[in-house]
Amino acid sequence: MGQMLQIALPKGRLGEKVFKMFAAAGFDCPEALEDTRKLIFENPEAGVCFFWVKPSDVAIYVERGAADVGVVGKDILMEYKPELFELLDLEVGKCRLAVAGKKGFYDSTEHTLRVATKFPSVTMEYYAKKCRDIDIIKLNGSIELAPILGLSDVILDIVETGKTLLENDLEPFETVAEVSARLVANRSAFQFKNEEIQKLLEGLKAQVEAKR
Amino acid sequence: MSIDSTLLKSEEKVILKLRGLYRKYGYTHFKMSKFEEYDLYATNKEFLVSDSVITFTDTSGKLMALKPDVTLSIVKNSADGAGLVNRFYYNENVYRISDKTHHYKEIMQTGLECIGDLTPYHFCEVVRLAAMSLGAISEGSVLNVSHLGVISAALDGQEFGVGRGELLSCIENKNTGGVRALCQQYDIGPARTAFLEALTAAYGEPKEVLATLRAKTKEKKILAALEEFESILALCGRVEGVRLSVDFSLVSDMNYYNGLTFRGYVQGVPTSVLRGGQYDKLMEKMGKTSRAIGFAVYLDLLDRLEKKSDYDVDVLLLVSESTPTDAILKETEALIAKGKTVSVQTKMPEKLRYKQAITLGKESL
Repeated sequence: MGQMLQIALPKGRLGEKVFKMFAAAGFDCPEALEDTRKLIFENPEAGVCFFWVKPSDVAIYVERGAADVGVVGKDILMEYKPELFELLDLEVGKCRLAVAGKKGFYDSTEHTLRVATKFPSVTMEYYAKKCRDIDIIKLNGSIELAPILGLSDVILDIVETGKTLLENDLEPFETVAEVSARLVANRSAFQFKNEEIQKLLEGLKAQVEAKR
Repeated sequence: MSIDSTLLKSEEKVILKLRGLYRKYGYTHFKMSKFEEYDLYATNKEFLVSDSVITFTDTSGKLMALKPDVTLSIVKNSADGAGLVNRFYYNENVYRISDKTHHYKEIMQTGLECIGDLTPYHFCEVVRLAAMSLGAISEGSVLNVSHLGVISAALDGQEFGVGRGELLSCIENKNTGGVRALCQQYDIGPARTAFLEALTAAYGEPKEVLATLRAKTKEKKILAALEEFESILALCGRVEGVRLSVDFSLVSDMNYYNGLTFRGYVQGVPTSVLRGGQYDKLMEKMGKTSRAIGFAVYLDLLDRLEKKSDYDVDVLLLVSESTPTDAILKETEALIAKGKTVSVQTKMPEKLRYKQAITLGKESL
């Protein structure tokens, strides 16, 4: 094994799922799943160092070189467009970015459409393609509340099963993009730790293909 | 007076080394003014990295700009002519909006431009100088080289329509899955899809990578472009301490560059520190018949390579108000003569980091 590979994984269920894929690819660190207050987990034998970070921060850690590789949702990549290599669709954490609103909502083009979202860049790009005049309302959570309280006409948000929408009398109208977890790499690390990154990529690719 | 190189910062050392290197190859210094008429940038916006420019009106009422780019100014002042080749190097600050912070940033650049009636020798000279520039910064650097002619040939005749931008972005991000999905969406044939995927993933030693790509296509145009690229790389040879890799992900500057493009990386810096390529399109737009190739080294990024010192000074010399000045001077000069750095203080400073504290008359560690 060559140089130590620094890996940033998203905290939570998705992170644990992809961690198992990394372990199966030969980049294991059993300590990383233990319930401890430690922030960094190393396994020198496997040449790997893991750290768990907030899902939306993984791309920053990788882009800035604090991590060599990481796992990021396609939604985050679409929103922040970090300068990274997006090496593989891990085909886990599947959901979609969708426009949703109150059931029966009629989108009248006579008015500016008010859109509440956590993804202002994606929203702007999506509606610019449709030449639609919109007013973006940037929220940080509980996006579904916005159309119910009249704060917005529609929302553009992550939809997994659509259950939350349904329970609140909302429905998805349009799919903006399919989302899943992606393996990303820092562009400089890709040059200097290419052998390790290629080994990881091949190991993960084999698992993704086997599951199809 | 000789210069103590330990006092120089990483970027200052690099500037000195690069100046020497570029002069050896006949490049002359191009010193430009801080400001340029805004009109130059307004008419060539598509060739700027960021299209926001800091402007002001000068005393004669002309709209001026703080340079966001160096190449345009050099091209404007270069002469065309058969057999004529202009070689310039520069060391300038440019002002651009940062993609990340959306605020203006001063960026220190050094680089060179080779403009004129260029032959394969000139292209080879500039690629080698780019590699040698990286070598001057750090051992074990990597120069990635691409040829936009190969990308253009691979996309030629394929109807990607509005998806072309998205496809280029997938190539730039080495997103082979994205390339495959777009090819399916735009009904691109299986052979071309496989080639585009291979092109996106391609990375490594030039001969090996280009041989793999050649084996994946029968298209004459693509094969000719690959052959042209390979012949330039073969001329370039090796540069000690620098690894040359082929990587077709260098497509983000397709407005600016045509033909050869390259990016350089040094260990310890998370982004590319050198960017360059061939920019005949800009020459054409500016009414020139010459061809051109050049690159810039982003010196501000080299700050990351600076070794952080644990101390601000070697000796903190504590004196009282009643200590005679000649005694302070004598002690200070004696310490400096021993090669120490000294800070004279009457009170123990809160933030100064020092190796040794000496109270005049007493000594303590």
